[in-house]
Amino acid sequence: MSNKDAYWNKTKNHMIVTLVLWAFFSLVIFMFGSELNTMSFLGYPLAYYMTAQGSLLAFVIILFWTANKQEKIDEEHGFSEREDD
Amino acid sequence: MFKGDFIQNLPKIYGTYTGGFIVFIILMALAEQAGVSAKNIGVMFVAFTVLIYALIGYLSRTIQVDAYYVAGRQVPTVFNGMATAADWMSGASFVALAGGVYFGGYTYMAFLVGWTGGYVLVATLMAPYLRKFGCYTVPDFIGTRYGGNAVRAASVFVLFIASFTYVTAQINATGTIASRALGIPFEAGVWVGLISILICSMLGGMRAVTWTQVAQYIVLIIAYLIPVFWISSNVGGGIFPHLMLGDEVARLGELEQQFGLVKNSAADMKAAGVPGGLKYISGTHSGVPEGGMAVWKYLSLAICMMVGTASLPHILMRYFTTPTVRAARKSVAWSLFFIFLLYSSAPMLATLSKLALMDPNLPTGIIGKSISEVQSIEWVQRWSEVKQVFIADFNGDGILQLNEWFMRGDVVVLATPEVAGLPFVISGLVFAGGMAAAMSTADGLVLAISNALSHDIYYKIINPKAETAKRLLVARTLLVIIGAAGAYIASFRLTSILGSVAWAFDFAMSGLFFPLVLGVWWKRATREGAIAGILSGIISGTLYLTWVFPKFSVPIWGGVNTPFLGIDHLRFGLIGAPICLVVMVVVSLMTKEPSPATQKLVDDTRIPTGKAILGKQH
Repeated sequence: MSNKDAYWNKTKNHMIVTLVLWAFFSLVIFMFGSELNTMSFLGYPLAYYMTAQGSLLAFVIILFWTANKQEKIDEEHGFSEREDD
Repeated sequence: MFKGDFIQNLPKIYGTYTGGFIVFIILMALAEQAGVSAKNIGVMFVAFTVLIYALIGYLSRTIQVDAYYVAGRQVPTVFNGMATAADWMSGASFVALAGGVYFGGYTYMAFLVGWTGGYVLVATLMAPYLRKFGCYTVPDFIGTRYGGNAVRAASVFVLFIASFTYVTAQINATGTIASRALGIPFEAGVWVGLISILICSMLGGMRAVTWTQVAQYIVLIIAYLIPVFWISSNVGGGIFPHLMLGDEVARLGELEQQFGLVKNSAADMKAAGVPGGLKYISGTHSGVPEGGMAVWKYLSLAICMMVGTASLPHILMRYFTTPTVRAARKSVAWSLFFIFLLYSSAPMLATLSKLALMDPNLPTGIIGKSISEVQSIEWVQRWSEVKQVFIADFNGDGILQLNEWFMRGDVVVLATPEVAGLPFVISGLVFAGGMAAAMSTADGLVLAISNALSHDIYYKIINPKAETAKRLLVARTLLVIIGAAGAYIASFRLTSILGSVAWAFDFAMSGLFFPLVLGVWWKRATREGAIAGILSGIISGTLYLTWVFPKFSVPIWGGVNTPFLGIDHLRFGLIGAPICLVVMVVVSLMTKEPSPATQKLVDDTRIPTGKAILGKQH
């Protein structure tokens, strides 16, 4: 397998992992809204907290994590950009 | 000022600007103490900030094609994040989001998740690859990847429908805020708004819009956060509301029990003469509605908003302006961080505002008090005069019940500072913030439309030999025409007919999402597949909208139809996008696979290094 193919396979897997995390915080947890709301976090009902703040924060963290991870994949395969590109 | 070391000096320039703005706020506060009228303070806030944006727009003027279309691709990561956040957060986000949460509670907050979660799709599926491609516009990518004028024109068509739906609402919001802050009629406010928008974008295109959007973000975030923190400490919510309102949310639940959540009948409301657009609280704040349909309603709305976000051209084109592919990825993360600052505050503002009005133990509480007493409160009188709040004593007991208090959603943001006893200077600041939010989004949208028309239709299809000067002249002329058309429609107040901002997301997702994603992720996608997908998606979505939305379905289909599987007019993208996907895949597999040259082009798009597909100037 060429370096390019190996790079793209890793990138694809990384994309899938990111989207699974995304689906968990945007869709899966809200399938169980009423169950979650019986628990509490910081004094808020949990489902309310997630839709008001928690999932939003999770997305921000996912985005920084995924960008850093992808940069590592770029480096491993020699596809890192120079700053002056 | 904008040469050579400008980029390195950005933190200093915007730091000074932020400091200057804070000094301006303090000066206004002193002016209020010295007896300057509330109205004049509002005028000065809006006039001062708009003048600054116009100045930035003028200083960023350009005669370079790549500066005009993609800001010369030199916008640093964090600044592009701020510009995107301003581009994203519309007048509606600023003024109406908290009101939506106030009335809709948990159910409405599907919008919050949808309007933020979409950025994960932008970052993983789209932004870095479109940046590598080196396109000027979104149709530029589709036109080059699939090849040919037909597919390019089809994507411009979708872009136009989605963005134009959105832009009239923005110009409408600009006009509303300008008219209230400056004390001029709405129609005049719309044209004042338009001129401000055009000054910011006409001379410098994307470069000017970028640097004004950064300035607008700074104003709007200050204008949103200061009142939230201040109100919170005033009504006893604690100094950091985001982490400390658990008790308040629980208290709202108790108060809902105590007052009872009553649904008014339409006949009662009509008889009492409740003005249109005013709402009352009839659902719980933090409770989750029971049942599979309620869950599906929440999820389907979130899906439409997320997928729509990842398809909206005025957002995607912001990531064409970063210096590298890596910067484009990081920039998406920063964008969402800056958006998060405002979006996570909206529910807190809604909670505080609701508590201030509902809690009888607070001096600001009005529910449960006698109606004559409430009617004598100054802010109630002021907002009643302009028909923004309304009281209807349905049971005739002279006491204000929860279901007897009507209010427009915007009032939550615009009046809560007053209700909680903050000085007027804060209300003036809120006007400036709302204006910044509406202007920055309108700028981005008008530019997205006129760039697609001037680059993709005029230059790529009609006159490929046009000189730079001619191209930019056409681009600027179209900018003025599109802006004027939007303002003209907005000045008729047709927005209730044009429908919701959410439609823009559904249009974009119906016609653009899969052609963009598959263009990068599926080499086998062909030109014929893309054309068929785009057209079938946008047409089926639009037809479904006319079928399900009563204002259209009665004249066109001769009656009101029940939404299929709960897919109403806010969610019609769930019809358009899957049809687009299926048609695109089937037609692609039936046609000849793309040429080796096209496959190589896709391979190159997937790798961050190496030359962009399209030249620096094209």
